[in-house]
Amino acid sequence: MAKVIYFDNNATTKVAPEVFEAMKPFLTDLYGNPSSMHTFGGQVEKYIRHSRESIAGLLGCDSSEIIFTSCGTESDNAAIKGVLEALPEKRKIITTRVEHPAVLATCRQMQTLGYKLVELGVNGEGQIDLNELESQVDDDTAIVTIMYANNETGVIFPIDKIAAIVKAKGAVFHTDAVQAVGKIPLNLDKSNIDLLSLSGHKLHAPKGVGVLYIRKGTRISPFIIGGHQEKSRRAGTENVAGIVALGRAAELAAKEIKQENTKVKKLRDRLENALLINCPDAMLNGDKVNRLPNTTNISFEFIEGEAILLSLDQFGICASSGSACTSGSLEPSHVMRAMGVPFTAAHGSIRFSLSRYNTEEEVDFVIEKMPGIINRLRDISPFVK
Amino acid sequence: MWDYNKKVMEYFLHPVNAGEIENPDGVGEEGSLACGDMLKLTFKLGKDGRIADVKFKTFGCASAIASASIMTEMVKGLTIEEAEKITNKDIVDKLGGLPEQKMHCSVMGMEALQAAIANYRGGKARAGKITEGKIVCTCFGITDKEIEKVIIENDLDSVEQATNYCKAGGGCGSCRGEIQQIIEKVRGKKASKEEIAAKPKKLTNLQKIQLIQRTISEQIRPLLKADGGDIDLIDVDGSKVIVAFRGMCSQCPTAEFTLKDVVEARLREFVSSDIIVEEQSE
Repeated sequence: MAKVIYFDNNATTKVAPEVFEAMKPFLTDLYGNPSSMHTFGGQVEKYIRHSRESIAGLLGCDSSEIIFTSCGTESDNAAIKGVLEALPEKRKIITTRVEHPAVLATCRQMQTLGYKLVELGVNGEGQIDLNELESQVDDDTAIVTIMYANNETGVIFPIDKIAAIVKAKGAVFHTDAVQAVGKIPLNLDKSNIDLLSLSGHKLHAPKGVGVLYIRKGTRISPFIIGGHQEKSRRAGTENVAGIVALGRAAELAAKEIKQENTKVKKLRDRLENALLINCPDAMLNGDKVNRLPNTTNISFEFIEGEAILLSLDQFGICASSGSACTSGSLEPSHVMRAMGVPFTAAHGSIRFSLSRYNTEEEVDFVIEKMPGIINRLRDISPFVK
Repeated sequence: MWDYNKKVMEYFLHPVNAGEIENPDGVGEEGSLACGDMLKLTFKLGKDGRIADVKFKTFGCASAIASASIMTEMVKGLTIEEAEKITNKDIVDKLGGLPEQKMHCSVMGMEALQAAIANYRGGKARAGKITEGKIVCTCFGITDKEIEKVIIENDLDSVEQATNYCKAGGGCGSCRGEIQQIIEKVRGKKASKEEIAAKPKKLTNLQKIQLIQRTISEQIRPLLKADGGDIDLIDVDGSKVIVAFRGMCSQCPTAEFTLKDVVEARLREFVSSDIIVEEQSE
């Protein structure tokens, strides 16, 4: 394949070279099982411990609160189902309409099993009403699950305030922080978050490893049984290479997190401003201020997202869209619809998500190519007079 | 990612006949913004009565643009009668195939062509879509006639296929049962084999009672328990099922609705379509 300009980092990221180096020995020489009694296997255990500490360092929590899983989706499923199982007398779940399907589909499955589900709506900027949240949390509420930052728009929820509200009412609070970890600083010791999901491949570790943070004292049932691993909460022989990789990625993220808010944000803003100026009838989706530094979601009116993406693809530019056609469903993204973005704009929404590996040249290349793509598609659109 | 063939990509990236003819002899529009795609077709006849020029404008994905463009090539030079015979299948064949979920793009092409021909014949300023029949899919405004047409022309036998071809049933999904009925009607009751296999054979009385009990405990009780209620099975008499509400349900003013909308509906779905549920009389 020719040159690739990768602006789809909310979908997945490149494995950092340092991360790849760190995990390699565990796919070759150090293949032992950390549970073994012999030195050859047992020596692996200390690398897992080190990884746990690195991740705890990035999150600002204790390493005993880190449980390794296989992905963010597993962490979300485990958090929601595990809490409901541990609190059988409580029957209510609260979430938002803009969650990732890993959370939304799990909550809706619980609803079919008889749980009461409240899905909070959002305003045009993608923000929930905190008063509405407060009035919904009651004694029957087992868990409130609200994402840290939205994958499509990058909108950040005021999670510390939300967690405090939920805590005051005595319910368990879970946050899907898959898009936030590594992009914005977190400090779990100073927050009221009980459970937090993260995914390795969103922060330059490989696919197949995730974490569920469980605050000490949180009541949650084991989610995979049949072994003592991860304190018997998530049994199964550890994905050692993946865990070591995630630990290294967490160390890098902690070191580079300033760059996210300087270098990456600057590139994002350069791209966003140029596209909004150079392409007429384009608008930004979401909350411009409370937003991840790497994400921009722009709607180009009168044209359709898949056609834009395939045109970008001709130049090796990778992005994503909330249009119906790209998902294989017939309706545009549930996030765009929840925010009340008009159909004209929702079908033509394009998300660019950057990382610290992107360059100014790449941004300028997209700025150069985009107006031509938009104009060509508008020339053949029946909505442009 | 969609697996578009080279021809589809070629017609998407370099479409022929894009644009709009001034003072056309026929105009056809199909689709809408809400649907996510729209096609406007205009044509002009030559002195010999054949289509001399035809242009399209499309809002939509790559396959929508490619379908419209290749169709304009196909109809150029044809008489109205010849053009009228073009089906969505002809468009797909000419493109060398489309992904299954994108079939509706070719249907939109055919429908816009037919609307343009109807407009030419009717001499109206502008023709909309076929309005015959009754709306089945309210999300996308698809009528029973349109659904029947795609089923017949493409030999479809499942609701999922019907959705891929004309979008009906792809929104809220509440019309899927009705689409299934249309398929059954069109195909002379020979609908999708799985659908038939899924329906249980005639049950013995014992099997029926066991199935009713299982449905109540797995499907109905958890719902009622969420609101502090419960339900007991009292008796089964032929297709009549007698139940009693317990807990909150016994004093609930909406228990009657629960009886029909929840209990009866679930038992009809999982046990037998002729079930009637009654509450035990005191």
